[in-house]
Amino acid sequence: MRTRPVTRAAQYVAVLCYLVFLATPLVWLLSSSLKSPQEFASMDPSFLPQQLDFSNFSDALEEQGLVRSMLNSLQISVATTVLVLIVSLPVAYALARFRSRLRPVTNGWILISQVFPVILIVIPLFMILRPLQLTNTIPGVVIVYMVWSMPFALWMLQGYVAAVPRELEEAASVDGASRLRTIVSIVMPLLRPGLIATAMFTFISAWNEFFFALVLLQDPQLKTLPLVLARFVGAEGQVQFGPLAAASVLATVPSLIFFAFLQRRLVSGLLSGAVKG
Amino acid sequence: MTTQTVAAPERAGERPPGRGGGRPKQNREAIFLFLPALLPVLLLSVYPLVRGIALGFTDARAGLNVDTNFIGFGNFGKLLHNDLFWDSFRIGLIWTVSVTVLQFVAALGLALLLNTDIKFRGVARTLALIPWAMPPVVVAIMWRLLLHPTNGPVNEILQGLHLTDQPINFLGDFSTALPAVIVVGIWVGMPMTTVTLLAGLQSIDRSLYEAAAVDGAGAWSQFRHVTLPQLRTVIVAITSLDMIWNFNSFGLVYVLTAGGPGGKTMLPMLFAYNEAFRYGNFGMAAAMGDVMVVIIIVFLAFYLRNRLRSQA
Repeated sequence: MRTRPVTRAAQYVAVLCYLVFLATPLVWLLSSSLKSPQEFASMDPSFLPQQLDFSNFSDALEEQGLVRSMLNSLQISVATTVLVLIVSLPVAYALARFRSRLRPVTNGWILISQVFPVILIVIPLFMILRPLQLTNTIPGVVIVYMVWSMPFALWMLQGYVAAVPRELEEAASVDGASRLRTIVSIVMPLLRPGLIATAMFTFISAWNEFFFALVLLQDPQLKTLPLVLARFVGAEGQVQFGPLAAASVLATVPSLIFFAFLQRRLVSGLLSGAVKG
Repeated sequence: MTTQTVAAPERAGERPPGRGGGRPKQNREAIFLFLPALLPVLLLSVYPLVRGIALGFTDARAGLNVDTNFIGFGNFGKLLHNDLFWDSFRIGLIWTVSVTVLQFVAALGLALLLNTDIKFRGVARTLALIPWAMPPVVVAIMWRLLLHPTNGPVNEILQGLHLTDQPINFLGDFSTALPAVIVVGIWVGMPMTTVTLLAGLQSIDRSLYEAAAVDGAGAWSQFRHVTLPQLRTVIVAITSLDMIWNFNSFGLVYVLTAGGPGGKTMLPMLFAYNEAFRYGNFGMAAAMGDVMVVIIIVFLAFYLRNRLRSQA
């Protein structure tokens, strides 16, 4: 298609504006995390750091609360991911392969759980977990996260299972393999990319989650990274910009690493989820 | 369904299962596979939801071990007479509609642009998903630093360009807080919407455009008669879900402004959170949740109707 030069120029300007709007905050956060304290104090700070200074990162890491919260977040996210996969895989298999009455019910639940205001769920959850002495504990948060991130994991996994050719399973069962054997030795290996994508997605959700953690965790020893970061800004006035920016960058790194691997796969998974619910 | 990417898993899922579909044996097998998930889901998702809806009709309070009583529509009556409730409701609608509509318009324009043979497509697409993957708390912190009245680069740039002679306290000023929060909301949501729409655009059959061009349709006419109808399902899906997500959002604004200044950014979720966990009014917060559910059902009905129609 021929495009007039003026139109073409306007197009590039538009894309450029978009990239600036999108990238500037990110670049600025990263550059702030690398600026020396002197540079912050100067009256005329520049957009990019004059020279790279990693002291903000070491300052942030010396902050005991921050390191502990990172370990808490890591523990919670890994445990959530493992549990979600273990529990979701059989369900996803059943959803993709069997036409049972549970299917419409589950799909309805997936949709509903994505759209309901969490305030309705969190108060009763709080009331259920309290007598079990699970509020203000890491296992309590893990269980809640598991149930809360399962619908989407199911949604993704279900699509991946459906993509495994049925004929392979039929061939295995003709050869006399049991259903379980077929799942473990035929379906699982083919599902690996899908499982990895789902695991990463679940990890990111748990790592980023804020609301349930805010309500369920009061003990400073147990707080997750987002909670501790949020408390940092709450203490207006004595905020140290450099370490705060560094801590923010550190909090984003796991998501971004997973994300780099996940990108392409995630878009299709997300879209199917987004459109189907 | 119009798009390849969007439709693939669905088509696979909806495919009539092979031999033996619906047999009792399959039901039994399915139940067995569902079992490990069933207890946690029933206990921690289904039951709390039902209980939460019912809680709106009681005078439940935090902390005290007093009996909770069924009080009918009492909470709703109180809400109707509470100016802060109406404010949060109004602010919630302004926020939801502004963020959803503005991000949609910008995203559609961009998606159309990125669907041409323009350069930087890959860069734009990769960058697009970063805001979405970042922890909302970090996004909020980043924007608080950006918009900071004395140390933030936004004020510095504005002053450098002599657009303002005094630093603006974007998040702390009554008149600028809500617009500022809306801009951040757009920053977070727009990229994802763009990528979704782009996926939709890329699945439209090229020959439709060629046929339209042969019939003498110009660019605008092609957009109106080919692009929009073909994108319809994707557009309705992404906007109704964006509406629901924006209406329910919490963490971003909680860290940006905590509802302030003076309640100017008090979204419904923040209002409900304060009622429940600051003042201990569980019943009242749940009633607020019930009101939100009714509103969400309206959005949802629109979305589902569209989906059913597109499947017919």
